[in-house]
Amino acid sequence: MQVLIPGALRSYTKASHVEAVGETLAALLLDLERRYPGLRFRIVDEQDRLRPNMRIFINGLGIRDLGHALRPGDFVAIVLALSGG
Amino acid sequence: MHPSATRSPVPKAAAARGTPAASSRLVLLVATRKGAWLFCADHTRRTWTTDGPHFLGHTISHVHLDPRDGSTLLAAARTGHLGPTVFRSTNLGRTWKEARQPPAFAKPTSALPPRSVEHTFWLTPGHASECDSWYAGTSPQGLFRSEDGGNTWAPLPAVNDSAEFREWMGSAQDGTPDGPKLHSILIDPRDPKHLYFAMSGGGVHESHDAGRSWATLIKGMEVVEGMDAATVTFHDPHCVRLCPSNPDRLYQQNHCGIYRLDRPGDTWQRIGRKMPKRVGDIGFPMVVHPRDADTAWVFPMDGTSVWPRTSPDGRPAAYVTRNAGKTWQRLDQGLPASQAWWTVKRQAMTVDARPAPALYLGTTSGELWIGYEEGARWMNIARHLPEIYAVEVAELR
Repeated sequence: MQVLIPGALRSYTKASHVEAVGETLAALLLDLERRYPGLRFRIVDEQDRLRPNMRIFINGLGIRDLGHALRPGDFVAIVLALSGG
Repeated sequence: MHPSATRSPVPKAAAARGTPAASSRLVLLVATRKGAWLFCADHTRRTWTTDGPHFLGHTISHVHLDPRDGSTLLAAARTGHLGPTVFRSTNLGRTWKEARQPPAFAKPTSALPPRSVEHTFWLTPGHASECDSWYAGTSPQGLFRSEDGGNTWAPLPAVNDSAEFREWMGSAQDGTPDGPKLHSILIDPRDPKHLYFAMSGGGVHESHDAGRSWATLIKGMEVVEGMDAATVTFHDPHCVRLCPSNPDRLYQQNHCGIYRLDRPGDTWQRIGRKMPKRVGDIGFPMVVHPRDADTAWVFPMDGTSVWPRTSPDGRPAAYVTRNAGKTWQRLDQGLPASQAWWTVKRQAMTVDARPAPALYLGTTSGELWIGYEEGARWMNIARHLPEIYAVEVAELR
């Protein structure tokens, strides 16, 4: 499925949109890590929690549960929270 | 991998050991709230070239050169949104590569709450005999070790997962405003297994077995009025240094004064009582002379009332003792005489090892200064940098 990568993470992907697979959000992030080493730890901490200022939208709906199930064709957007002015 | 592969004017070089030759060159490693800069000097220390920014926009807590190979740099980084990491360069900053496994806490195996590294705060190269070993201190307080030049990091469970240490570390609300920190990781040059570290807050600790077990070292240290000095949590060492010329002597700048400890004694002596009363003995950095264990410097700040954390009376100055804390002398020639409301953070003041050592400091207002002749005459090297968090100096051949 298509994943939108924020500008701050494009040093890893070299692209704004990338392909990744996974039956859950957690699995998708692991697939992204396999493709782009180091990327996941900038988004998810060592306790498998989404970092405080990161947001993930699936088909436009904000999701923080990494166990959220994904379907083929879902659009996943990784976004930096609009914090800090 | 980070995109910036900044070309550096810093020459291919090796770090000097002991007293460097007068013809060698220096590099200042400047970590700031918005990136890192390298300032390279000629042998006179009069002319400086600027290399940077590296990692523009990243918060860089510390940049350190490996003195064992003279070319490996580590930089502790994070941004406002992204998680913390460590970048490595093996060519003095010409190119950087991200650590494969940055410092990260283990998942909990007990009832202790899980923790996540907010940022790596402190980097210390390992013992001279342990090639590629490094230590890192984090916020919240954690101790980590790398054995591959900073590419992968492992937590030290005797600190990070100890119920006793976790109690001493307190919560985020107990720490400094920008997060509680583990810092001042010191290695005895005579014994790689003999380690110290300090925590803000959480006291000073010592290990004789490479970090497998620890003992507190807080006797004699004072705490904020009304609190119990026997409670480790209440101790807030800001910066602890070990004298290279006498590893049995430690100096400490604490939230509550300036101290000296001579081992094997275990009681800190408050040597800041001899500072001028109008200045006080509160501050962040502590610097020790490369060859004279009786000489040390501090940079006091205003720690009264609400803790402005500015230079006392807007008149910044270093103070030096040349008799292990019996007396102190003010060193302010060349520094602003008034209306200068900056101060110097705990990692942002250092000294080189030249025959006539110079001090270096970076300010919270983004200025970089050199203090020639052991701080007797100060001159500005750079202005208008972001807030400076750390300054290290290294010799280049």
